[in-house]
Amino acid sequence: MPSLTLYDAVGEALGEEMRRNPGVLVFGEGVATKRHALVEEFGPLRVRNTPLSEGIIAGTAVGAAATGLRPVIDLLFAPFLCYAMDELVNSAGKLRYISGGQFAFPLVTLAMTGAGWGVGAQHNHNLEAWFVHSPGLKVVMPSNPADAKALLKTAIRDDNPVLFFLDIGLLYQPGEVPLGDQQLSLGLAAIAREGQDVTLVSYGKTVHHCLQAAHTLAEKGIAAEVIDLRSLKPLDEAAILASVTKTGRLIVVHEANRLCGVGAEIAALVAEYAFAALQAPIIRLGGPDAPVASSYPLEQAFVPQAETIAAAAQRLFSPHYA
Amino acid sequence: MATQPPQIDPRQLLEQMMLIRAYEEILIAGSVTGKIPGTCTSVGQEAAAVGVVNALTAADLILTNHRSAGHLLARGADPGRLLAEVMGRSDGYCKGKSGSLHISAKELGVVLTSTIVGAELSLAPGVALSQTMFGRPGIVVCFFGDGAACEGSFHESLNLAALWQLPILYVCENNQWQAFVHRREAMSREHVTDWAASYGIPARTVDGNDVVSVLAAAQAATAQVRESRRPCLLETWTYRSRGHFEPDDQSYVDSAEREAWLARDPIANCRDRLIADGRLDATEAAALVEKIASRIAVAQAFADASPFPAADELTRDVYA
Repeated sequence: MPSLTLYDAVGEALGEEMRRNPGVLVFGEGVATKRHALVEEFGPLRVRNTPLSEGIIAGTAVGAAATGLRPVIDLLFAPFLCYAMDELVNSAGKLRYISGGQFAFPLVTLAMTGAGWGVGAQHNHNLEAWFVHSPGLKVVMPSNPADAKALLKTAIRDDNPVLFFLDIGLLYQPGEVPLGDQQLSLGLAAIAREGQDVTLVSYGKTVHHCLQAAHTLAEKGIAAEVIDLRSLKPLDEAAILASVTKTGRLIVVHEANRLCGVGAEIAALVAEYAFAALQAPIIRLGGPDAPVASSYPLEQAFVPQAETIAAAAQRLFSPHYA
Repeated sequence: MATQPPQIDPRQLLEQMMLIRAYEEILIAGSVTGKIPGTCTSVGQEAAAVGVVNALTAADLILTNHRSAGHLLARGADPGRLLAEVMGRSDGYCKGKSGSLHISAKELGVVLTSTIVGAELSLAPGVALSQTMFGRPGIVVCFFGDGAACEGSFHESLNLAALWQLPILYVCENNQWQAFVHRREAMSREHVTDWAASYGIPARTVDGNDVVSVLAAAQAATAQVRESRRPCLLETWTYRSRGHFEPDDQSYVDSAEREAWLARDPIANCRDRLIADGRLDATEAAALVEKIASRIAVAQAFADASPFPAADELTRDVYA
């Protein structure tokens, strides 16, 4: 199986989908500058650089999607999405519904975020929960190159607008990516590691932190199950509930601010539908209510690390909850 | 110009303007009694809508905004389905989920109406990009106001359309008012055309209260967009005779300015000129009033009879 970085897996998915469907095109800030292979194969009309104007990039994608194209746009860093909020939230997310279903908006928005490059709060802000809260949109955040490729291919074929977040810390980590036309349904979580004692639910880079924590916990006799959500909306509620029903303990882990984050929704879901299975309180581990600092130790401290996750899991097995 | 534009009987233009006025008067009256939710009307701006829409072909696509009744009716929308939409009924163009503010009618080529001021401008390049990429003959017409021209999306849209050579006719209906603020308080320039010129986009201002002038200017501008496959801008200089949102007492309006504009009402002007030119007589004019009153009565009966959406429509059509 070939090894690719997540960045290159995205490039492969774009190439394969553009080859498959002439309506797929990609544009954004520096897309044509950085992705030479796509320009060479598909030409400058289907791979376009744009002005640094996130609003019009997104608006153009929305208008194009409604009239037959399948645009993929690259807005670079997630905080830049603030400039495109009207187009993504008010247009892409709502115009299908308020037109009585007359239009569909098959478009994918790529944006990078997360710790890893010390780029600071205006380039690193895990704001994915904003879009989960907005009707009409789907939200994806893969944790490895194989999933990134398969999920992006599915997202491009989806008839709805998809926000596709790329974790900066994972972007140049290599991983095995199967050859061929692999796809993954949106809304299907992966069990990254099986266990019976505690469920760790996560997405993006903190999936790997959960796996490290699970390794540590195994040495102490605790079998942690790690669920990689992959897609935040739709959310694989069944996978979460099944796992917690089995383990009786839940820790939700993400890099995004804990306050009103995706973890809050998952905690509420489990409290509402799997309360009887719980043997201990639910723990949410996430970033603080603070912008991200550029300084390396502070940037890393923002993110729940493996040691913190393992320690939290061990607390759930204290005699207090027995 | 490759071909002469088709001759259009000015009596047809008058009739369309009268239909728009009569339809919006129903909305105004209904907003006072509470029968119909409040709306943003285009009373006084009918010539701008009718003149431009009559310069289009069936293949052209329209993007519009919250003041859209004129564009929709001139394009052939059924006033009954429009009224049903405004009243939240299931036979409306958008199943009653839009209300008056963002009515799209795909079957008429009226796509992606947004009430977010300036959003129509942000969506237009993408619609034009589809036309270009698929080799479709139709051009894109984007209606917006002087208020939207003050949004960043106006400038981003014009820059991209010029850069990517997109076949868009931008139509700024400069109605002097940006919600509750006069354009003089909000614009650094007198005309929106001044801004278009800085993007290298051909632009001209036309008397927006004279439907014949608007039609001629729109025919010239659409021909230029069709031939060049590049954007142009037309500013129709007009006036919002009513308030921003019905009901509105317009206490903030300069009455002298308003009176001067009302004296140039596009419908009265057109009718009087047709009569003076001997192209319409008093009997025909009266018959036109009757015909439109009857169409509006039919529309009202249709909308009244249309049921509200079923409960399961609450969450239908969120996702494709």
